Amino acid sequence: MSAEDLIALTAAQAVEKIRAGETSAADVYEAYRQRAAADELNAFVYVPDAVPDELPATDTPLAGLPLGVKDLFCTEGLPSQSGSKILEGYRPPYTATVVRNLQDAGASILGKTNQDEFAMGSSNENSAYGPVQNPWDRTKVPGGSSGGSAAAVAAGLVPWALGTDTGGSIRQPAALTGIVGLKPTYGSCSRYGMIAFASSLDQAGPLARDVTDTALLFKHMVGRDHCDSTSLDYPEEVKLPTAQRLDGIRLGVPEELSGEGIEPGVLESFNRVLDLARELGATVESMKLPHAPHALSAYYVLAPAEASSNLARFDGVRYGMRAEGTRDLLSMYTKTRHDGFGPEVKRRIMLGTYALSAGYYDAYYGRAQQVRTKIAEDFHTAFERFDFIVTPTAPTVAFGLGAKTDDPWAMYLNDFCTVPISLAGIPAISIPSGLSEGLPVGFQMAGPAFSENRILDAAFALEQGIGFDGSKARA
Amino acid sequence: MIDREQVLHVARLARLELTEDEVQSMSHELSGILGHIEKIGELDLEGVPPTSHVVEVSNALRPDEARPSYPRDAMLAAAPLVADDGFAVPSPQA
Amino acid sequence: MSKVEWEPVIGLEIHVQLATNTKMFCSCALGFGEPPNTRTCPVCLGLPGALPVVNARAIDYGLLIGLAVGSKLADRSIFHRKNYFYPDNPKAYQISQYDEPLCSGGQLGDVRIHRVHLEEDAAKLVHGGGSGRIHGSATSVVDFNRGGTPLVEIVTEPDVRSGEHARAWLTMLRETVRQLGISDVDMSQGSLRCDANVSIRPKGEERFGTKTELKNMNSFAFLEQGVKAEIARQIAIKEAGDEVVQETLHFDPRTGAITSLRSKEEAHDYRYFPEPDLVPIAITSEMLERAKAALPELPTQRAERYESSLGLSADNARDLSFRPEITPYFEAAAAVDGAEPQVVANWLLNELIPRLGETAPADSRVSTDAFGAFAALVGAKKITPTAAKQVLDRLVAEGGSPEAIVEAEGLGAMEGGDELSGIVDAALAANEAAAEKIRGGNMKAIGPIIGHVMRETKGRADGGEVTRLVREKLGL
Ligand SMILES: [Mg+2]
Ligand SMILES: [Zn+2]
Repeated sequence: MSAEDLIALTAAQAVEKIRAGETSAADVYEAYRQRAAADELNAFVYVPDAVPDELPATDTPLAGLPLGVKDLFCTEGLPSQSGSKILEGYRPPYTATVVRNLQDAGASILGKTNQDEFAMGSSNENSAYGPVQNPWDRTKVPGGSSGGSAAAVAAGLVPWALGTDTGGSIRQPAALTGIVGLKPTYGSCSRYGMIAFASSLDQAGPLARDVTDTALLFKHMVGRDHCDSTSLDYPEEVKLPTAQRLDGIRLGVPEELSGEGIEPGVLESFNRVLDLARELGATVESMKLPHAPHALSAYYVLAPAEASSNLARFDGVRYGMRAEGTRDLLSMYTKTRHDGFGPEVKRRIMLGTYALSAGYYDAYYGRAQQVRTKIAEDFHTAFERFDFIVTPTAPTVAFGLGAKTDDPWAMYLNDFCTVPISLAGIPAISIPSGLSEGLPVGFQMAGPAFSENRILDAAFALEQGIGFDGSKARA
Repeated sequence: MIDREQVLHVARLARLELTEDEVQSMSHELSGILGHIEKIGELDLEGVPPTSHVVEVSNALRPDEARPSYPRDAMLAAAPLVADDGFAVPSPQA
Repeated sequence: MSKVEWEPVIGLEIHVQLATNTKMFCSCALGFGEPPNTRTCPVCLGLPGALPVVNARAIDYGLLIGLAVGSKLADRSIFHRKNYFYPDNPKAYQISQYDEPLCSGGQLGDVRIHRVHLEEDAAKLVHGGGSGRIHGSATSVVDFNRGGTPLVEIVTEPDVRSGEHARAWLTMLRETVRQLGISDVDMSQGSLRCDANVSIRPKGEERFGTKTELKNMNSFAFLEQGVKAEIARQIAIKEAGDEVVQETLHFDPRTGAITSLRSKEEAHDYRYFPEPDLVPIAITSEMLERAKAALPELPTQRAERYESSLGLSADNARDLSFRPEITPYFEAAAAVDGAEPQVVANWLLNELIPRLGETAPADSRVSTDAFGAFAALVGAKKITPTAAKQVLDRLVAEGGSPEAIVEAEGLGAMEGGDELSGIVDAALAANEAAAEKIRGGNMKAIGPIIGHVMRETKGRADGGEVTRLVREKLGL
């Protein structure tokens, strides 16, 4: 098969072709490797020079298919820099469990993808290795923080990729680049080897071209890991989706996340999907998540607080950079961290340190944890009446590079619809719902903990009805 | 509001050097963000328990069985400065 | 102005290194003097992405200590992060416990326990080491082998009142923990460490004075000296009309000087928050039963038993219970037929141990059977105290059985009767002046007469019987 034909295949189709002997894992790998190596979007921060000597066997579930891996996953012997200068050139001595799981299932790493530094950002402009361009429009951002993974998948530089989602970092870039992204139930995928941003929120998840590929990758990521105390046994087998209809499915549309602040073009696309859902047999009802509007505030206390502690280990002692010319311990610390961290990371370290400091803990951290309780309760109550809660994934389509870099809160508002779900620890998917002004719009669907199979099935039914064509971005 | 003194205090706790410009902009930006965040102060949260974790499990324990440690060279490989088979730092007592 | 009498108020913070196989949060074996940085992994080196997992045995050991000091074991406890930067603290936070510790409350001896919690040890920072200097300044080198060793921290209420008290109580704690078999509890090796919070207040005053934290006293003697020195320093400050400053202090046992450790640095703000990488510990009935079953008889319980069922004096009971080198010896000897525990205790503490010097009784030639039999002979008055000392000398020198020594040397106590009566008569005749004094009511004068009898009988006569005969013969 020609390279062009190979790139046109979804991952699931490519696995079939490799199994059937119509192509080889090496040919598929090389077709993608060449595209990734010629990447002009800056989606990759590392791509190997050649096909690995040994690729996984074709009878493995993933048949040796190449995988894009977000920079923050530790990969033994390969750069793992989390988009930060402070980890420039760092090659860890071990591999993250989720990556290991996928390798065991037959995935081979194609490269490491660009990201916002330490996963802090919604535009990928916070990477020490430069911004990533959106393949739909090179002047626009791809979203973040998994912007490199999203852009690479959308542009056909890799069949699929791993991302992480703390407050929207898989779903929002998936939405902005016209692909599918799944943020799994907290605890379903091991965090071991993921360079931490906010430990109580971080989850690994798949970014893929369609819902089937998303399910296939997710299937081989999950499982309890004895190295991650917060990981859980996935309660059932992850299945590839088959549903064609949504009969009996009850969709709840939260007023707080589907009106004010959402761009008209995005709302239009969202409403068209709701119409489609009705046609497929679902009921759609407006409902309330009373505490959702406070989610962003709680998130911007909790996530920076955890981050301020997680990022304290970057001190210039054991790995990563150390500032030149410092003679005493204190200035070694302060100068290394000044030189090594970018502005957004510094901002969040400061914010988190402040929120945890003596005299402020109760007013900030304590209250934010209480808000988190209320938000989780809101969803819990909602799932008594609804199968899924649906919202636009992001309030806007992809915006211009540099458009929001001067106003942190404006940037944070990108995650207005995704953050409440993160705080509740529940799963959510973003699928492309169409285009607005020529740019992709995402449709988000959240369900109760461990409802991924049902979410994937419903998303699959909608996907068939929507018929989104992402091939333009791969051209 | 978070003023210059507070910025410097927090930066010191976080072991983060800030230039004079950075102190200025940090004070401005953090004040802006805190202005939004402080809205959670208006909520009535009397008696609401805190959630530090959505995972409801306990006792994720490990058996006390030793496994091989990593080779020293692999662990020292990324260190900025090595001396006497260890990680060298400016002496805290200096 | 009348002189104020000062009352020292001291609380202790003790760290005990647990003798588990592996570290607190990773599967690295504990370090015992291996080459530097050969016992590390991504977790205990704080590599990016690594996560802690709690060692189950460390929880069991923590519960054992909690039970041993009478703590309440928490149904649910959680770990917190204690954030601070230091080269020996690889994650820049220590995983410790804060407001929901494993155990709270309790009492050991006369000191109440505030809390018992689990945490991880710091790495070792070798100061001034390294072949090099960084930009002309001194270098230190970090060895992470010790980093992550499980620690139990025990915090007392401020019930300690002096340096001697601190030392005696810590000795009791050490023996208690040693008995549990969960730590080497060796101060010189750092497996037992003690900091003291010291303040003083006028006697009778309720309010506490400003306290200082005295660190790094790495022996029992230094603990006592350090606390004494700090009390003296605080009294001198107060009596000069000044105020004690809250600070962390270092005691130098060589010079006796106390110096401030962190005078310049700002007060610590550890920014504790719940460790999101770990889930709560919920003590199950199974864990509790396992800990209870593993709990041996503790020194305080043993001392009580010695007093109440064996009838030992309180002092003897304590001495024998808190000294691991003699407790089993005492128990075995006291179990011999006819050996009375109090007699065994007296002769063990007052006669045998002083004769042995550095040697422990169990390592001496005197077997527990022999010593028990010996005590039985003494108790039954089959040998006199004087003869008993000779028998003991022989046992210490040569071993063997006490009965055989008594037999061979003819050291058995004389029966009363004609032979002894005759010897007493002779003694009275030879010491006319003494006999006269006794007749006049001065019993103290009996010494030379008893001495005479003992010489004649080689100590086999019973002193009481001799006195009785003397009184009878002199018509008293
Ligand atoms: Mg401690
Ligand atoms: Zn380790």
